[in-house]
Amino acid sequence: MGEMWINMGPQHPMTHGLWNLRIKVDGETIVDAEPEIGYLHRGYEKIMEVREFQKNVVLTDRLCYVSSITWSHCYCLACEEIMGVEAPPRGQYLRVVTNELQRIASHLMWLAAYGPDLGLLTALLWALRERELFLDLIQLISGARMNQNYPRIGGVRNDMPPDFEKYCRKVIAHFRKKLRDHEQLFEQSKLFQMRTVGVGRISRAQAMDWGVTGPNLRATGARIDLRTLDPYDAYPDLTFEAVTRSEGDSYARYKVRMEEMKASCDLIEEALASMPEGPYRSKPPRRAEGEGFRRTEDSRGEAMFYVIGDGDDRPYRVKIRSPVYSSIFAAPLMMRGNKIADVVAIMGSIDVCVGEMDK
Amino acid sequence: MSGHLIDLYGWSHAIASFLLWLGSLPLELGNWVAINLTGAPSPGPLTGVIGFLTSDGITSLTAAIIAINIMLVWAAALHLFTLMWIERKLYSRLQDRRGIMIGLGSFDFLASTLGRIPIIGRPFRRPSHLGTGYLQNLADGIKLIQKEVITPTNADRWMFHVAPVLITVSTLMAFVALPWSDGMWLMGSYETRPLGCVTDCTSVPVNQWGILFILAVFSIAPLGILIAGWASNNKYTLIGGMRAAAQLMSYEIPLALCVIAIVVFSGTLDPFELVRRQTERPFTFGPWTIDFLPNWYILNPILWIAFIVFFISVIAEAERIPFDIPEAEAELVEGWTTEYSGMRFGLVFAFKWLRALIGAGLISILFFGGWTGPAFVTLGVENLTTPQAEAIYILPQEFWFSLRVYIIFIVFVWIGWSVPRIRIDQILNIGWRRLVPLSLLAILLAAGARAWLGGF
Repeated sequence: MGEMWINMGPQHPMTHGLWNLRIKVDGETIVDAEPEIGYLHRGYEKIMEVREFQKNVVLTDRLCYVSSITWSHCYCLACEEIMGVEAPPRGQYLRVVTNELQRIASHLMWLAAYGPDLGLLTALLWALRERELFLDLIQLISGARMNQNYPRIGGVRNDMPPDFEKYCRKVIAHFRKKLRDHEQLFEQSKLFQMRTVGVGRISRAQAMDWGVTGPNLRATGARIDLRTLDPYDAYPDLTFEAVTRSEGDSYARYKVRMEEMKASCDLIEEALASMPEGPYRSKPPRRAEGEGFRRTEDSRGEAMFYVIGDGDDRPYRVKIRSPVYSSIFAAPLMMRGNKIADVVAIMGSIDVCVGEMDK
Repeated sequence: MSGHLIDLYGWSHAIASFLLWLGSLPLELGNWVAINLTGAPSPGPLTGVIGFLTSDGITSLTAAIIAINIMLVWAAALHLFTLMWIERKLYSRLQDRRGIMIGLGSFDFLASTLGRIPIIGRPFRRPSHLGTGYLQNLADGIKLIQKEVITPTNADRWMFHVAPVLITVSTLMAFVALPWSDGMWLMGSYETRPLGCVTDCTSVPVNQWGILFILAVFSIAPLGILIAGWASNNKYTLIGGMRAAAQLMSYEIPLALCVIAIVVFSGTLDPFELVRRQTERPFTFGPWTIDFLPNWYILNPILWIAFIVFFISVIAEAERIPFDIPEAEAELVEGWTTEYSGMRFGLVFAFKWLRALIGAGLISILFFGGWTGPAFVTLGVENLTTPQAEAIYILPQEFWFSLRVYIIFIVFVWIGWSVPRIRIDQILNIGWRRLVPLSLLAILLAAGARAWLGGF
């Protein structure tokens, strides 16, 4: 059997969205790979130019439906830079709390998708069960399970409800216990290690060359986490250390995300404990002129928003930088020489969200 | 004495005789008309046909056909549905949910009529999440039958349609040789024991090549899978077919080698004889005998390696999860079954469970004493050596065999839904580098035990 191209997508169980991975195989071995994207392009950057600054939060929520708050948060930070406002301390702490809740929910969604990728359907149901608790918390504070529309330019939409802290602590304590079950299901299983250790290896230099960020970069040993490197909001006040692993393979990427969930739990608890009193939102102006550029640590890597205002009440130009967009094009590097079955073990560990990638 | 509930050939013979007698009634009437109204000579013109219909040969043939049909319904419908139901309920429970719950109450007309009756109608009350879900698989089957059978444009039509038939038929053929009890079997014959006896004879079923036949038909399916994967003209099916063929063929070898270990150990390929060996005497290991243990081969340390290898191979042969790469849905959509639709998909889908059923049956016969169960034994002092002759079974043998099959299958499900699947190269590595040497070691152990410790 000679070499042949196989389309894995746009409709394929591996893709978790709408994109196409063309792989060139020689028997079972991958010779080359080529991601093709654009199936889910919605023209975000253009639509945002015709909507008012505040109303764009609705759109940025939908950039990645499993990580809405972190994306809207990034957009709000960029707008705040143009408008010259800053969220009050309580608003900043609430942003941190919701961001980290969203990060855990997003990582759990990734875990839920990674299980079936490797043939472990039980992990899907278990991870979604745990995610439900965090969605409940997010619903409690924002009123919606998905597309919360919670961050605002100059703060957050509403204060947290009275019992929120209590429920948060309860859920986190429960989640820490349950995370051990997940670890038993995944990393303590010899078969999982056979599938992931040494698979999809990428070096730190290569990852940096290709613009890989977030957990995928930290899995190669680079201690790059914008929450400590370029801290924003209340992150400088909180003690936090970036989770890193040195191997750079699928197992390391899995491990980094699992550890990040634990770190996020600590962050939430700390932020809740030191939550200041006061207003949670400041009033931004409707119109703005100038350039705003902010980057934040999204669940999948560095999310960046570049917003230009020309004095109107809507942005003149918006540019979105998606972390997955870069990570996915580094995937062929990780894949070459591996087997077809490793495609899912690699792509699953990269954690693709097509919504933000295609914009 | 006999512990079996179903005497398949006896029943089939009775049914066949009755049916043929029923069929010959109009002919008798014709005879009567011919003699009495048209004045034909006495035995009647149709006597020969009646004689032919009710002859021994035709009766046996009809009985065999009826027996095959009963076995088909028993194994491929009743037990297949139960197995699927067990799997779906059990893995749902592992996943913290209830799973399928379609019951009779899901039928609207039953809910609206019977559901009104105060106490008796409770199972029929909607919403229907009160049922056990047993009917869900039936509903799925009916749905599949209704669906269109699509042939891909450039598929090799003839091979594409023949492959599911080949796969299913070859798998179903294994049930010919897989006995469910002393009476529920298709392939075999009765012999009197002890051999050459005159008085005190017991008639026992024998089937000298039973296990060999099952292994032989077990290895036809990979060919069908290869044909299916190739004929669909799709890259996923092609890769899936290649994987399936590679996997099934490489696990066929440790499977057969483990059976050889058992054969060397026990000296027979006869499933009935294997079960008798495991029950007619207490646990024996060389000079030692433990009275209260049965002589199940699983209890014998000599065969533990053979058991482990056999068990893993059966999971691989049934394409269950750690080894289900041929249809790894995350990478290959549905593997070699991708292009099939309608009941052709149903056939190749059920194939996995049929193979698991046969595999569990083989494990139970080879290692767990087959269909024997607890029995009341009435012992005369002189009968101590042959307690089987006086045993009164609490429950029929078919029950005990099904119970073993289900328990073994539950272990399959348990393993399958808590581990990820492994890669094709790892599967072949395990098969060739671990299981084949281990099964050779098992043969060596069995032969050594046979030589130094005597027969079992």
